[in-house]
Amino acid sequence: MTASGRGAEADAVLRLSGISKRFGAVVANDAISLELGRGEILALLGENGAGKSTLVSILFGHYVADAGTIEAFGKPLPPGDPAAALAVGIGMVHQHFTLADNLTVQDNVVLGTEPLWAPASRRAAARAKLVATAERFGLAVDPDARVATLSVGERQRVEILKALYRDARVLILDEPTSVLTPQEAAALFSTLARLCADGLSIIFISHKLTEVLRVSDRIAVLRAGKLVATLDAATAQSSELAEQMVGRAVRKPVARDHRRGDTVCAVSRVRVDAGSGALHDVTLALRAGEIVGIAGVSGNGQQALADVLCGLRAPDAGTVTLAGHAMRADPRAWIDAGVARIPEDRHAVGVIGDFAVWENAVAERYRRPFSSAGIVRRTAARKYARTLVDRFDVRGGGIDTPARALSGGNVQKLILGRALTGGFAQGDDFTPVLIVANQPTWGLDIGAVAYVHQRLLDASARGAAVLLISDDLDEILAIADRIAVMHGGRLSRARPAGEWTRAAIGLAMTGAEVAADAA
Amino acid sequence: MLDIVSLVANAEFWSAVLRIATPLIFGTLGVLLCERAGVLNLGIEGIMVAGAFAGWLTVYQGGGLWSGVAVAAVTGAAFGLLHAFLTVSLALSQHVSGLGITLLATSLAYYAYRVSFPNVSTPPTIQPFAEMAMMPIPVLSSQTPLTWLALALVPALAWVLYRTPLGLALRMVGENPAAVEGQGIDVVRLRTFAVVAGSALMGVAGAFLTLSAFNAFYFSMVNGRGWICVALVVFAGWRPGKALGGALLFAFFDALQLRLSQQAGGIPYQIYLMVPYVLSIVALVVVARRATYPQALMKPWRKGER
Amino acid sequence: MRLEARTRRSRAALLLAPFAAIAFTLAVTMALVAWAGSPIGETYALLFAGGFGSRFAWTETLTRATPLVFTGLSVAIAFRARLWNIGAEGQLYAGALAAVAVGGLHGGTGFDLPAGVLFPAMLGASVLAGAILLLVPTFLRTRFGVDEVVTTLLLNFIVLLAVSMLLDGPMKDPAALGWPQSVALRDDLQLDKLVPRTRVHTGLVYAIVAAAILAFVVRATTLGFEMRAVGANARAAAFAGVPVARTMALVAVISGGLAGLAGAIEVAGRTGYVTLDMSPGYGYSGIVIAMLAGLSPLGVVAAAVFIAGVLVGADSMSRGVAVPTYIADVIVAVSLVSMLVATLFVRYRVRLR
Repeated sequence: MTASGRGAEADAVLRLSGISKRFGAVVANDAISLELGRGEILALLGENGAGKSTLVSILFGHYVADAGTIEAFGKPLPPGDPAAALAVGIGMVHQHFTLADNLTVQDNVVLGTEPLWAPASRRAAARAKLVATAERFGLAVDPDARVATLSVGERQRVEILKALYRDARVLILDEPTSVLTPQEAAALFSTLARLCADGLSIIFISHKLTEVLRVSDRIAVLRAGKLVATLDAATAQSSELAEQMVGRAVRKPVARDHRRGDTVCAVSRVRVDAGSGALHDVTLALRAGEIVGIAGVSGNGQQALADVLCGLRAPDAGTVTLAGHAMRADPRAWIDAGVARIPEDRHAVGVIGDFAVWENAVAERYRRPFSSAGIVRRTAARKYARTLVDRFDVRGGGIDTPARALSGGNVQKLILGRALTGGFAQGDDFTPVLIVANQPTWGLDIGAVAYVHQRLLDASARGAAVLLISDDLDEILAIADRIAVMHGGRLSRARPAGEWTRAAIGLAMTGAEVAADAA
Repeated sequence: MLDIVSLVANAEFWSAVLRIATPLIFGTLGVLLCERAGVLNLGIEGIMVAGAFAGWLTVYQGGGLWSGVAVAAVTGAAFGLLHAFLTVSLALSQHVSGLGITLLATSLAYYAYRVSFPNVSTPPTIQPFAEMAMMPIPVLSSQTPLTWLALALVPALAWVLYRTPLGLALRMVGENPAAVEGQGIDVVRLRTFAVVAGSALMGVAGAFLTLSAFNAFYFSMVNGRGWICVALVVFAGWRPGKALGGALLFAFFDALQLRLSQQAGGIPYQIYLMVPYVLSIVALVVVARRATYPQALMKPWRKGER
Repeated sequence: MRLEARTRRSRAALLLAPFAAIAFTLAVTMALVAWAGSPIGETYALLFAGGFGSRFAWTETLTRATPLVFTGLSVAIAFRARLWNIGAEGQLYAGALAAVAVGGLHGGTGFDLPAGVLFPAMLGASVLAGAILLLVPTFLRTRFGVDEVVTTLLLNFIVLLAVSMLLDGPMKDPAALGWPQSVALRDDLQLDKLVPRTRVHTGLVYAIVAAAILAFVVRATTLGFEMRAVGANARAAAFAGVPVARTMALVAVISGGLAGLAGAIEVAGRTGYVTLDMSPGYGYSGIVIAMLAGLSPLGVVAAAVFIAGVLVGADSMSRGVAVPTYIADVIVAVSLVSMLVATLFVRYRVRLR
C-alpha cells in the first residue's frame, strides 16, 4: 500500500477518521480514514459497490456512520445533518440529480439559502447573485428556465451551481461523467481546474481509471468497503490502480470465432413520438451471431428503441420484423418468438420486488408453459427456478426469497437466466433468437460485468442476435461486432467495430456524424 | 332559459353562491397545502365533521364564535398531526391512513355528540355568525366574517407559496424531497407542518357549516363536501387562485340546482342533488390529461434508505 | 429511534398484527367508555356477551357478518391489485336494486319464471350492477389517469340518491303505507334460515364459499398471479407480458360484483326488500375488514365475524349502559389505524439509537 504525502497535514480541509457503516448484513464502509488538502482534487476510485457513494453520503450528512468522526476546516462536523455540512462549506453534486423538474433553475438553487420564516424572498438579489456566480465559474444558465426543459449537461451545471451559490469550499462530485458525452466531460474537467485555481477542494468519484488519472491530484482506491491504497496521480500506473481496484484476477471475456448469419430482426424507418426521447427514422438490421452495440449518452432515444424491440411500444411509423414476420406491440408475442429482454431498470421493471424468486423466474412465461387450464403449475415452476438459480449462480436466498432482498448483481443474473433459458429447465436446447440488452451492466461490480459479457458472447456464438445498448463506451468497444451511435433520436449506420475510433464515436455522440449518416 | 337568467341576475343568488363556496374554499386550500407538500390527505371528510362538531360545542358551552373557529382549527390540526405521523414519519399508505382518519374523526365526533346530548332528538342550536352588514359592498355585505376570511386567505396563501422561502420549500418537497434534504431542510418536519396547517383549514371548513351556514350540528352534515374538495384541487391545478375559481364555479352550479329544484317540474329532486357529485367527476376527467401532479405526491420518503 | 428494513418479511408479525391491533384498539377505547361515565369492565363484558356470549348472539353476529364478508372480499381483491375501491357501499345498493328489479314484482308485472331460473338471474344481475359501477371509475383511471378513490367515493353519493329516487318512484312498494321501501322479493326467491327462529340465513354459506373460491383464485390460478403482479408492480408486470388493463378490468368486475352480491344476499336473506338505510356503512367497514385480514380472503371471514360481533355487541350493550352505539364505529376506525401501524413491523424492525 503506497501512502502519499502530498498536502501537509496542517493544510487538510477535511479529515475522515475510521468511518464505518453497514446496511443490514452488508458492510459498505470499513474503518476508512482519509484527508483532503486545500486546492486539490482527490479521486475516490473503486468499482461499483465499493462504498464510494456511501462514504460521501456520510460526509454530506445523508447517512450517519456507525463509527468514526469527520473534521471539516479543523472543527468536528455534526453527523447526519446536511444543513451543518452546507454551513461549513461542503457541497455535493449527486449522481442522480436532486432537482425539481417543475420548478425553475433559480428556485432549485435558492432553496434553503434564506431563513425559512422570512416574510418575503429576495428574488432580484438572488437572481443577481446566481448570474454572477454562474459567470464567475463559466457555467451558463438561464435562471428562469424550468428544469424539465434542460439537457442533462445543463442540469449538472445547475447542481454544481447549487453548491457554488452557497460558497462551497469543498465540492463532492459523484460519478459526474456517467451522463456526459466525452466533449461535455472535457468541459467539466476544465471547470474543475478553474474551481481549484480559486481555492476549492474537490472530491471526485469515479469507476473509470483513465479519467481519474487525467483529472485528479491524488487517488484513493476503495475496494469492498476498505481503503486499500492512496496514490499520487502523477506517478500512478493504470495497471497498478486496476489491480488495487479489483484485487483479484478477473478473466476477460473470451469471444469465440463463429459464423454470422442472416438478418433476424429488421428495423426499418421507425419513428416514435416520445417528446425528448423520440426516435426519428431509425433503420437497423440485427443478424444472427452478431453483437451490435448502440453507443450514446442516455436520453437520446435508446429507451424508445428498447421499448419497441421488447414489444412494449408500437412505432408511430416504419416497420419492425422478426424472422420475416411483422411484430405487434405485445410483450408476450415477442417472448414467445424467442426474444430475450434485459431491461434498463432491473429493480423497477425487471423484477417484481414483492414476488419470490421463483415467481419472478416464471414471470415472462407464467401462461406457457407454467400454467395449464388457468392453474399455475407450481411444482414445475419451482423446479425450473431452482435449476435457474444453480446454473446462473443467483445468490442471496432460496427460491422463496422476495426479489427485493437480492443485490443488483444477483437480480441481473436472475433476469439473464430467465431470458437465456426461455422456460426450459435444461436450457441447453434453447438459444434466444434475439437478445435486447439495455444497459445490462449498469451499477454492477467488475466480476458481475464480466459474467454478463461472457453470457452475451456465448449466446452470440450459439447464433443469437444481440443488441447491446450502453452508455459505457468501454463496454461497447470490448464486445460489440458492429457499432452504431445514437443521438437525438437518430441512429448512425452500424459499422464494424474496427472502423470506429474512440474520437469518432465521441464526435458522433454529439450529433455531427450521425446526421450525415442518416441523410 | 329565461328562468335561469332571472334566477341568476339577483344579489340573493350570488350571496348563496358565496355561502356555498366558503367551506369549499377552506377545504380545497387545506387539501392544496397537503398535496403541494406531497401528501394526499383523505381525512378531510372526517376532519370537517370533527371541526364542525368541535366548533359548535365550544360555542354551545358558552365560548365566543371565534373561539369556536379556533377550536375547530386545533381539532383539525390534531387529526392532521396523526395523519402526518402515519404517512410522513412512518411512511404508511396515504390512502388507507386518510380513510382511517375520516372514519376515526367522524365516529369520534358522533360519539362525543351522543355522549354530550344523550336524549335530544332535535339538535340544539346556537347563535351563529352575523352578516357583515356594516360593509357597503352589495353581495359581500350579506356574508359572515368567515367568508371574508376565506376570500382573504386565497391571496395570502398564494403569497406564501410563491413569494416566501417557506412556500418554495413546501413546493419543492412535493416535487423532490431529496432535493430539499440536500439543501439542508428536514423533510419530515416540513411535510408534517404542511399537513397540520392544511388540516387546520379543513377543520375551519367544517366549523363554517355549524357556526355560519347553519346553527346546529346534524349527522350527515358534510355529505361528501370533503371529497369534492379533493376533486377541486386537481381541477385547480394545485393553484390557490384557480382553487377559488373552481369553488365558485362549483357553488354556482350547486346554488342553481337548488333553485331549479324548487320550481315545479317533473324532474325528481334527487337528480338535482346529484349534480354536484357528477360535476366533480366530470371536472376530474376534463383536467386529468393535463394535470401536472406534484411529482412526489403519494410517494413515501424514507431518510437514508438505500 | 429509526426503522430498519428487514431482509425477509416477518411471518410472526404478519400473524400477530391483527391481534395486536385489536388489543391496542380496545385499550384506547377504554378512555372513551370512561368518558361516557360507564364502568369499563361491565361495558366490555356486555359488548362481548352481546356479540359472542350466547347462541342467539352468535346468530345475530353471523347475520351481520354475511354482507361484511362480501364487502371485505370485494375490497381485499381490489386493494391487492392496488385498485382503491372505496365505492363498495354504492355497489352494494346497486346490487340490491338489481336483485329486486329482477326478483320482485313491480305492480303486478313481474318475471313469471320458476325460482330455479330467476334466482341465479337475480344474483347475476346484482353482480353485473356492482361490476359496472366499478368498471366506470376503473376505465377512467386506465384511460385518463383519474384517481379512482375520489370517483368511487362520489359515486356512492350518486347511487344513494338514485336509490332514494327509485324508492320514491318506480320501485316503490305500494303496500308499504308511504314508507320508502322497495317492492319485496318473491317468497320463493328469498333465502332459507340456517337456524330456525333466528335471522342467520344461507347467505352465510354463499359468503364462505365465495371466500374459499377467491382464496384459491388468488393463490393458485394464473388470474391470481396476474392480479398480484399488477398490484405489486404494474410496470414490471407489463414488461413481463401481463395484460395490465385487462387484468384491472377483471379485478373491477370481481370486486364490484362481490359488493353487488352483498346487496343481493342482504335483500334475499335478511330484509326481503330494499330500504335507504339497509346498509349502515358495510362498504366502508369492508375496508377495515380487508386491512385487518391482511388482504387474505380467508382472513376476511375471520375479520368480518369479529367486526360484526363488535357492531352487534355494541347495539346490545347500549341497551344496558349509557354508552352510545357509535363506540362500535370508533372501535372499527381505531382498528384500521392500528392495523396499518402494525403492518409496519412486518417489513421493518425498530432500532433504538
